[in-house]
Amino acid sequence: MADWLDKVKRNPSARWIGVALIAAALATLPIVAGEVGGRGWVRIVDFALLYVMLALGLNIVVGFAGLLDLGYIAFYAVGAYTYALLASPHFGLHLPIWLVLPLGAGMAGVFGLLLGAPTLKLRGDYLAIVTLGFGEIIRIFLNNLNAPVNITNGPQGVNRIDPISFGGFMLAKPLDVLGFSVPSVHLYYYLFLMLALLVIVVSLRLENSRIGRAWVAIREDEVAAKAMGINTRNIKLLAFAMGASFGGISGGLFAGFQGFVSPESFILMESIVVLCMVVLGGMGHIPGVILGAVLLAAMPEVFRNTIVPVQRQLFGKIVFDPEVVRMLLYGFALVLVMLFRPSGIWPSTTRKRELAS
Amino acid sequence: MLEVRGLHVHYGGIAAVKGVDLEVASGELVCLIGANGAGKTTTLGAIAALVSPSAGEITLGGERTAGLASFQLVRRGLALVPEGRGVFGRLNVRENLEMGAYHRSDREIGHDLEKVFALMPRLQERCYQTGGTLSGGEQQMLAIGRALMSRPKLLLLDEPSMGLAPLMVQKVFETIQAVARDGVTILLVEQNARLALELAGRGYVMEGGCITLAGQSAALLADSRVREAYLGE
Repeated sequence: MADWLDKVKRNPSARWIGVALIAAALATLPIVAGEVGGRGWVRIVDFALLYVMLALGLNIVVGFAGLLDLGYIAFYAVGAYTYALLASPHFGLHLPIWLVLPLGAGMAGVFGLLLGAPTLKLRGDYLAIVTLGFGEIIRIFLNNLNAPVNITNGPQGVNRIDPISFGGFMLAKPLDVLGFSVPSVHLYYYLFLMLALLVIVVSLRLENSRIGRAWVAIREDEVAAKAMGINTRNIKLLAFAMGASFGGISGGLFAGFQGFVSPESFILMESIVVLCMVVLGGMGHIPGVILGAVLLAAMPEVFRNTIVPVQRQLFGKIVFDPEVVRMLLYGFALVLVMLFRPSGIWPSTTRKRELAS
Repeated sequence: MLEVRGLHVHYGGIAAVKGVDLEVASGELVCLIGANGAGKTTTLGAIAALVSPSAGEITLGGERTAGLASFQLVRRGLALVPEGRGVFGRLNVRENLEMGAYHRSDREIGHDLEKVFALMPRLQERCYQTGGTLSGGEQQMLAIGRALMSRPKLLLLDEPSMGLAPLMVQKVFETIQAVARDGVTILLVEQNARLALELAGRGYVMEGGCITLAGQSAALLADSRVREAYLGE
């Protein structure tokens, strides 16, 4: 598969045709998904895009810089709550999206620094434990910051969050284009796609930058990285902040899309799911991480939408609910991938070579 | 070039270096020999600001280095080849060498790359092979070449002979000699006392965290205590 991919990459016209095909596929995806499976499927695609952003953010920390983070979902939470508190009747604030979304990303970045600063000297298992604790601290704070002063509204969460709108253009209402009505989920899809592409481009640029190489050097050998003249402290903090800000953007979009956030959405399991996406897809390899995110985000929903109706048809009732065994399936998939493709489904070429030798 | 006065380093409650004085003049090749656990690596670590000393003063090119971080020292012309080489396993040879020039932005990086390849032709042959797949000797060469890419004034080498076959050790030492002839000041830490003393002009002997002997290499090679303890005679 890699051979023909390389061939396509080397041929400029084939490359442009490839790009055009992908663009066309992405542009028509919600229409096709909507026709085939209904709006529910478009919603699944929307969520998959949010997970792509999350996974790419975590990939910076885990894949590039090699810092194992088990509390990553906290930054998603920070982004989501920033949006929720600044654009909902909860405080009576209704700030516009072009202000709230960057603020959410910035807040998440600040929390990234807050996590990074005390853990600079930690690595591996120790870092994993501290980040895990950090993720839980954020969630528990969100759960309990409703007294004595009500900030987060506690376990009830914040609802009636302003839907995403640009000026007078509301994404929550269907848009009429030349007599066709474009549903709201489709509009969200295009917005998410745009931001996901932005995150992908930033990731790609970072990977090949001076900073990206410094991250890789730290991952490979921190002492040697220091000896190369890399300011390892700042570069590590930057990894935490950059990764977190991607999570913050994704979280803000999530809040605007759902219209409701509660601490329940940011449990440890979510951190683990995002980490699974990165590891399954191919740590440190951007296309692999995207693939991992799409697969793991879509799989459970696809099961739900196929296995359940099939069972109804066959037995007249639901014998086996895939939702119950979702985590089992994740675990099973992880074990299989680690056994047969230890560097991920779509690893970078160097990583593959290294494991093959 | 380098002056270390009364250096003490503690790991928790354990003293690893107890009052080391040493100096390296510009253009010199000086070796620091001693057994395992004598505190040699820790001394180098303190000079490169990888560990912080509990007392003492280090001067690099006339400037006190207290309070400077390791990356700031690299900009002042200090390069360290760490113990165990520290090659970036997943980067290829060329990328490893380019990492050595991380702090530079001048236009002569390409020229320096050529120079390293001329010094170590083996690396050019393996240009696109990942660091992790090289032999031990090649990795050591790569680590030295990478350090040279930062255009050091002072090069610290930590046990370049470690884990290498005798023939490879010979080659690595020839390379070090060539680097020294090129005008780079070198402080070489070694367990292989004979080789180090034959290469260096002067030497220090370290034992239990202190410098116990110092002098010209020829004198140290002839010293009965050195012969007995380090040359196995």
